Amino acid sequence: MKLIGLGTDKIGTTVLILLASVSFIIPLCNLVSPADSPLHFSAYTVSVLGKYLTFALLGLSLDLVWGYCGILALGQGAFFALGGYAMGMYLMRQIGTRGVYGDPLLPDFMVFLNWKELPWYWLGFDNFWFALLMVVLVPGVLAFVFGWLAFRSRVTGVYLSIITQALTYALLLAFFRNEMGFGGNNGLTDFKELLGFNIQSEALRALLLMISGVTLIAVFILCRWLVNTKLGRVVTAIRDQESRVRFLGYRVEMFKLWIFVFSAMIAGIAGALYVPQVGIINPSEFSPLNSLEIVIWVAIGGRGTLYGAIIGAVLVNYSKTVLTGLMPEIWLFTLGAVFVLVTVFLPDGLVGLMRRRLQESHS
Amino acid sequence: MKAKSIKGYCRLAACLMLVFSLAIHGDQDVSKQQLLLNALTNLKQGSMAEREQAIIQLADNGSSSLTILQALLDGQLFILKSDDSLVIGADNNQGYDIRDAITGTAKGAVERTDVGKINLTNKLRASLRKIIGQLQLSSDDPAIRLAAVKAMGNEEDESALAILKAREGVEKDETVKQAIKVVFLLKDMNSGDKALRINAIDALKEVNSLDVVNRLNAMVEKDEAGNFVESDIDIRNTAKAALININTRLQLYSSIETVFFGLSLGAVLVLAAIGLAITFGVMGVINMAHGELMMLGAYTTYVMQQLMPNNLAFSVLLSIPAAFVISALVGIAIERGIIRFLYGRPLETLLATFGVSLILQQSVRSIFSPLNRSVATPEWMSGSWQVNDFLSLTWNRFYILVFCLIVFVLLLQILKRTSLGLEVRAVAQNRNMAKAMGIPTSRVDAMTFGLGSGIAGVAGVALSQITNVGPNLGQAYIVDSFMVVVFGGVGNLWGTLVAGFVLGIANKFLEPFAGAVLAKILVLIFIILFIQKRPRGLFPQKGRAADS
Repeated sequence: MKLIGLGTDKIGTTVLILLASVSFIIPLCNLVSPADSPLHFSAYTVSVLGKYLTFALLGLSLDLVWGYCGILALGQGAFFALGGYAMGMYLMRQIGTRGVYGDPLLPDFMVFLNWKELPWYWLGFDNFWFALLMVVLVPGVLAFVFGWLAFRSRVTGVYLSIITQALTYALLLAFFRNEMGFGGNNGLTDFKELLGFNIQSEALRALLLMISGVTLIAVFILCRWLVNTKLGRVVTAIRDQESRVRFLGYRVEMFKLWIFVFSAMIAGIAGALYVPQVGIINPSEFSPLNSLEIVIWVAIGGRGTLYGAIIGAVLVNYSKTVLTGLMPEIWLFTLGAVFVLVTVFLPDGLVGLMRRRLQESHS
Repeated sequence: MKAKSIKGYCRLAACLMLVFSLAIHGDQDVSKQQLLLNALTNLKQGSMAEREQAIIQLADNGSSSLTILQALLDGQLFILKSDDSLVIGADNNQGYDIRDAITGTAKGAVERTDVGKINLTNKLRASLRKIIGQLQLSSDDPAIRLAAVKAMGNEEDESALAILKAREGVEKDETVKQAIKVVFLLKDMNSGDKALRINAIDALKEVNSLDVVNRLNAMVEKDEAGNFVESDIDIRNTAKAALININTRLQLYSSIETVFFGLSLGAVLVLAAIGLAITFGVMGVINMAHGELMMLGAYTTYVMQQLMPNNLAFSVLLSIPAAFVISALVGIAIERGIIRFLYGRPLETLLATFGVSLILQQSVRSIFSPLNRSVATPEWMSGSWQVNDFLSLTWNRFYILVFCLIVFVLLLQILKRTSLGLEVRAVAQNRNMAKAMGIPTSRVDAMTFGLGSGIAGVAGVALSQITNVGPNLGQAYIVDSFMVVVFGGVGNLWGTLVAGFVLGIANKFLEPFAGAVLAKILVLIFIILFIQKRPRGLFPQKGRAADS
């Protein structure tokens, strides 16, 4: 127990228990109980919950680099979207002859563009395991190349934030191009099945929710363990006093690179879990605004705590769903106000607030 | 009987007109007016002979009757049946919008059946064309003369050429003279005499005209059977050499054009980035709401135009100070309300101002609707400057370039010569020391932020003239302007200027090869790589300030 930091932190434990119950009880209820029983949740609830969990995973990945390493990456959404595209490509290949044009090899949009053969980078994506490998490999390699260049030349702070934003902006523009071979504006959609299961079926939705929950819990525990290892402690030290750590003889850029790549891979996994649950991936996921929203999830929850990111992601997205449903105009006002209020008045986020309360009640 | 009464009417109208024009012009024009009226009366008569006479009379009357003749040629000259006056009518689908042929005053719209057209024979039309050309050639406006030369040059009529030849001797305007010369050179080029042709082609290679390029290209091409259109190899080779000569110049001009477009794009980037350079460079504050402050400036222009729809040019000029004040006030409010709590935490200012940008965007969307608003361009800014056939530069881009330079110089002077500028620089160099010297740092911060924001507003006025004004206007520029600041080196206005122009030109030079989107991506990748090599930009700050 002590190894993963449980028991020492009430909030963390509560979040874990809540997560476990959501990701097991709800899908089980849905799978076991008949459709008219009160224990049965609607397909909408299940898929929305599943979506929140993938966002929580994405928030977690950002908290790792921002909360623990002090790198405010404004391009985390890009890794998420890349993971999503890798999964989307697999799902596209699964459509096979069921597309509108019925081409066994080419996805509909390629037939529409009069392409004659599959581009080389689409090869292999009919294999699920290959696609899964790409889900972590593509974001990982991009993060490695980008991070290696950036950290080696000591691009830090605001500069790093801005060039990560430029990265996701460049990818946004690139994926909008039809010539890229990723469906352009419309992205990848109209998926039929995943590993032979109908993607619309309730059973698969419940299963996906469960998988998302389990992945989130596993990654959460892994990160929890990681930040308490020596590596994690050096990373935290870099956040607080980069030069001092460097003078002590640590190769700061290697540690940063490591955590950046690791976090990009988690974001990729989150994207891969997100796509089958919402049924579409398009270039708007690369928009700088999306990446900034991730930052606000983490900021609201409280950075540098891991579970804060989870709380923030679920909370913000829940409010988004509710508010955009009720009054669409209000959402941006709210989000803007939250950005301002949290940064000015709540630098430690909700978790900081809760911790203070807990301490007050103890003393 | 009826014809007579019409004639009587006519005379009455003529007399009235005469009195009217006498009142205006005085005595010496009397005979001229009389001549004109006689001619018009003749024109209204049925027979072609009388019309021919009328045309000649009108021609003698000089360039003042050019409009009537042109309308006659275009089939737009009518007799209004109700009062038997001559009118010029423009087709408006249902009927005609008419105006008086002599005075030019608008007389409203009429049905097609209300007017009778004055018809011409082909012979008359040909002579009319010649007369018009001749009249235009003696016009005072060189642009009209140039158009006349081009129109006459296309005719195969010997007498037209004779008129041109005569004009060449007395013409004073260089462009018109050159155009006349080209007409004859082109004629020589198609003549039978080989030496004459070669000489003509040789002379034409110095001419900047698309017409010449097309004619020369036609000479060196092969026809469908694979034979050369031009059988003489010497002439073909001369034409080829001339084409090479012209194409080199064409390339030169197209490079000039690209550089111009690049500079104007760069000017937009500089305008967008320079306010950011102040808040970011001098204060270390990342203002993500900068784009929205530009958007406010653009909307100010829109509102000003709504307020004074009749005075477009003035409203745009007035928008510049108005946008500056509005954006500066909003900027100061942001600084006082939010940013001053966050000094020393640049990443937090980034998030908080991003929140502000969302609020501003949504406010504009709620107030003005999410749709784009159209902002009109004043007349002196629209159109383009036609340097020659190969090169034309649009005025609005040109003015924005000039405007950008003015703003830059003003800003530089404010920072260098005013006491505010001195204080701003002092605070930027060492906040604590400045404070110790008695500089009110928090007031300076507010003023600096206001200045940067005000410039964003001014940039918005410029943007409203070249793009759509909508709630997302600012978002489109925020990444670009950060790139410019970072590329140029933070805290260095000259760096921002150079970086903006370099990126603008690079973008425009890449566009023909890569397309607009890919060019932008390539530029972004270039900057990302450049930052790795020189993390502090093109012109990094030196010394102590560089550490912060």
